[in-house]
Amino acid sequence: MDAADIPALPRGVRLHYDKIRQAWVLLAPERAVMLDQVGHAVLSEVDGCRSFGEITTALAEKYNAPAEQIAEDSAGFLGALRNRRFLDLRS
Amino acid sequence: MTAPRPQPPIAMLAELTHRCPLSCPYCSNPLELARQEQELDTETWARVFDEAAGIGVLQLHLSGGEPASRRDLVELVSAARQAGLYTNLITSGIGLTQKRLQALDDAGLDHIQLSLQGTNAEIADEIGGYRGGFARKMQVAQWIGEIGFPLTLNAVLHRRNLHQLPRALEMALEMGARRIEVATVQFHGWALKNRAALMPSRDQARDATRQVAEARLRLKGQLVIDYVPADYHEDYPKRCMGGWGTSGLNITPEGRVLPCHAAESIPHLDFETVRRASLHEIWYESAAFNAYRGTDWMAEPCVSCERKTVDFGGCRCQALALAGDANATDPVCVKSPHHKALQAAAEAFAASTEDTLTYRQMIKAPV
Repeated sequence: MDAADIPALPRGVRLHYDKIRQAWVLLAPERAVMLDQVGHAVLSEVDGCRSFGEITTALAEKYNAPAEQIAEDSAGFLGALRNRRFLDLRS
Repeated sequence: MTAPRPQPPIAMLAELTHRCPLSCPYCSNPLELARQEQELDTETWARVFDEAAGIGVLQLHLSGGEPASRRDLVELVSAARQAGLYTNLITSGIGLTQKRLQALDDAGLDHIQLSLQGTNAEIADEIGGYRGGFARKMQVAQWIGEIGFPLTLNAVLHRRNLHQLPRALEMALEMGARRIEVATVQFHGWALKNRAALMPSRDQARDATRQVAEARLRLKGQLVIDYVPADYHEDYPKRCMGGWGTSGLNITPEGRVLPCHAAESIPHLDFETVRRASLHEIWYESAAFNAYRGTDWMAEPCVSCERKTVDFGGCRCQALALAGDANATDPVCVKSPHHKALQAAAEAFAASTEDTLTYRQMIKAPV
């Protein structure tokens, strides 16, 4: 994933707060992905406008963590979602 | 030992009706189909959707029969979305017009799963028992694409159409589907009557598995492929429904609540109905849902098997249908004493020259 790529949730994929399990989930066609805090933090920044680079910079500032580490972890997480067609990338 | 409290369910399959313009010989509906006057009304379904969301269901699958045969389908989708459920329509496409699809879009329908009986009219219409069905489906697929609904194509495969798998994959791409389910027919209900006409050969089954593996690599990031292999030719059974009463529940058109769509084939189980009990009570307390939860009900060879929490002994309905005992190991399992006989039977069915299909049909209401 390049810093200039713009991640976006496609139609039919959305974040949902599950009141019963008290956790965030990503709802997608015939799937529900339970999110941990990191996954939710990353996806909360995905707005279809900002680039991957902008998102990881924002996360690094927000959580006071090294940007390279954030970028590596986020790329792995978002890449896996993309392979399942739960995430689109625009360049 | 006290069993741990079950987790909340994730998915609910609502069989809105058993009515369907198609009459596929592998239909997963029971042999005894519900009539229209027995179906739950709109208000009851809406209440059930609220109850489902209230016990943790996230995914709602609106199915049938053909759900588009319900005149109140758009209202039902609205009710489901209002309840907070992710709403998936499982359809053959027959009964959906452009206008109705637009109304479903306005109502908030999240996703459509479109079934495929064959990749050309000749085979698809013969299998579905409905002339013109394939052409109609292609028109509906185009409208789905124009509106932009996320789409899964569900190709149901067996001896008669497994050679069409490559074309089915192409069609999914052409339709802009994100997913395809490559589902080899599972032999329950109506399909059990058609084993001689539909059973794939072992070579066909292996070839399909190879093609799916190859296509998954080639289409990575483009098309997600879910694969249900030919059960009878496997050495280990399926983890049916992710385990009995662990993640999903099924509501029949009349409102009976089942752990899986075929569960009524187990005659000693009594199923509660949403007309008399809440989904919460049924999920957590009912005898039917607790019957095969966990591993306490198992006998050998399951009890001492290292896979017992992997596949939970396979399918209970299949154990009853093929081994005569719902507590037995699914005969698909290589450790079942019935496994060799099942594989021999599968070979014999696959080699059969039988080509007459027994179509699903509704028994006429008594006069």
